[in-house]
Amino acid sequence: MKQSKKKGASARARPTQPVVAGAEALLGAPVPKAPSGIDGLDEITAGGLPRGRPSLVIGGPGCGKTMLAAEFIVQGATRYGESGVFMMFEETADELAANVRSLGFDLDGLVRDGKVAIDYVRVERSEIEETGQYDLEGLFIRIAHAVDSIGAKRVALDTLEALFSGLSDHPVLRAELRRLFRWLKDRGLTAVITAERGAETLTRYGLEEYVADCVILLDHRVVDQISTRRLRVVKYRGSPHGTNEYPFLIGAKGLLVLPITSLRLDHAAPLERLPTGIEELDEMLGGKGLFRVSAVLVSGAPGTGKSSIVARIAEAACERGERVLFFSYEESPNQLVRNMRSIGIDLERWRKKELLRVLSSRPTLQGLEQHLVVMYDAVREFRPAVVIVDPISNLTMHVDDTGLKPMLMRLIDFLKQNEVTGIYTDLISDDGAPIVKSQLGVSSLMDTWLMLSNLPVEGERTRALQIVKSRGMPHSNLVREFVFSERGLELVDVFLDEGRPLTGRRRLGAQAAADAARRGRSAAGAARRKA
Amino acid sequence: MKSGTEQPARPPRAPKPEWQLRLYVAGATTKSVAALGNLRRMCEEHLAGRYEIEVIDLLVNPKLAAGDQILAVPTLVRKFPEPIRKIIGDLSNEERVLVGLDIKPVAR
Repeated sequence: MKQSKKKGASARARPTQPVVAGAEALLGAPVPKAPSGIDGLDEITAGGLPRGRPSLVIGGPGCGKTMLAAEFIVQGATRYGESGVFMMFEETADELAANVRSLGFDLDGLVRDGKVAIDYVRVERSEIEETGQYDLEGLFIRIAHAVDSIGAKRVALDTLEALFSGLSDHPVLRAELRRLFRWLKDRGLTAVITAERGAETLTRYGLEEYVADCVILLDHRVVDQISTRRLRVVKYRGSPHGTNEYPFLIGAKGLLVLPITSLRLDHAAPLERLPTGIEELDEMLGGKGLFRVSAVLVSGAPGTGKSSIVARIAEAACERGERVLFFSYEESPNQLVRNMRSIGIDLERWRKKELLRVLSSRPTLQGLEQHLVVMYDAVREFRPAVVIVDPISNLTMHVDDTGLKPMLMRLIDFLKQNEVTGIYTDLISDDGAPIVKSQLGVSSLMDTWLMLSNLPVEGERTRALQIVKSRGMPHSNLVREFVFSERGLELVDVFLDEGRPLTGRRRLGAQAAADAARRGRSAAGAARRKA
Repeated sequence: MKSGTEQPARPPRAPKPEWQLRLYVAGATTKSVAALGNLRRMCEEHLAGRYEIEVIDLLVNPKLAAGDQILAVPTLVRKFPEPIRKIIGDLSNEERVLVGLDIKPVAR
């Protein structure tokens, strides 16, 4: 018993060894990492924050510094078996617990279980008189006491800079902070230190001079009334890291950083097919339908039948017993059900059987990133085989929102990684030009592109469908006419008249003529036989 | 340095003196020795017979640091008379300590 205790103590004295050596080697990370457990952040930093070292998190007020620090501590305690100390200089323990509870973490419970220790350090200048020399040994003792009481491996100091406004002897303070960071390193503690952003220096009091291993910058800006938080890894000594600004959110389940793509492009590409439920369309797609886990774009002008096609694909999937998640940004669920019923597609039946879930929202309600988080959460919860987004062009209200393509890229990657087929409709103008500029280039992200159009022929509007591209499969290059009937959707055989496809009434006319001719021929044949 | 209560010039079991002071230190450093020396001298001079000094060594009792919100040492806390006042440093500037404690210097 005594021996094992000793062993524990000595292990604690040298905690800078990598815990998962295999994983570090795999990622090619030269410094050992402590996973933050924050979605996306560990991806950008190739494994997490530098283990056994302090990291600096900088941002203005309301940027999410405290949340990041809190999640780092909570995730460490719950997912990685590393207990943590949270030293607060601004919020009280109750305020922090309330904030963290809003993210779904039970801080009180973790404190009761001895996995997290919280200490609130209040520095109030008006209550303190200074005379003569002092040091911050009291603070050190408090941190050390909290760390020792639960055997902590992680420490968060939020916001250490409050000391600068509370104490007037800044040279002493700086010397003590230098000592503090060295002390944290010597103890092998992985620490997150938050700081306010400064006007000329990175932080208001130049803390970056002391904490230089890893610096993360948080930013909060409002563009066209929609706020976006962004995160950037400014510096990460001895480790590769993503250098871009990444949007991040404080969602219902904690922080979420959204890397543009997962740095890798390695999702599986199954050969399995997803029948569309429209026989003729499957025929055009190499006879079998779409690839599963692919991204499919259905674009077309208003009224060309985009929603109808994707609704049929959804219905067909439900008929096979697969789950479908339908994000409808133009129609409410009831509206969608009613409208589809008019062309013989009964979505209500599948909603009742809980194979189909329709989520409608006003697209302009939230920023793109917020939409994305809602989608992520819904997909993780419902685990569908097919996700439909109708339409992507409605996700943003800005004519040239440069965020749309990266956001789609993220969504497509996310769905592919979760082995979900993604079907996206896109509104384009009648001459085929995209209505939203940023839509240009979206098609390159897609594996299959179905284009719907209105062909005015001799005073008649005809719906036409063509496959612009479909990677990895032979596909028809014909423009097919596409009709709604009581039987649902059909693609009609093309009638060629001197090499030109006939549509609408002319097709019907030609068809009738051909039938009459055939009947005529067979009548003549019968007459011959009679004679 | 040991933690303990000193009650100079008071008979035991007397009611608590009017001035209750607490000095937080971390081991017997030069600063803490100086602070205690300065404090005793000033108290004898201005509050003779009316004070009590409690010395808390945080190296011995680290838990007690949180209660009075101590981060700097030495810290002198005036528990009574209320309100609570804090003075950090080695108490080398007598005038500031007296202002901080709100003690009016006795006329010489």
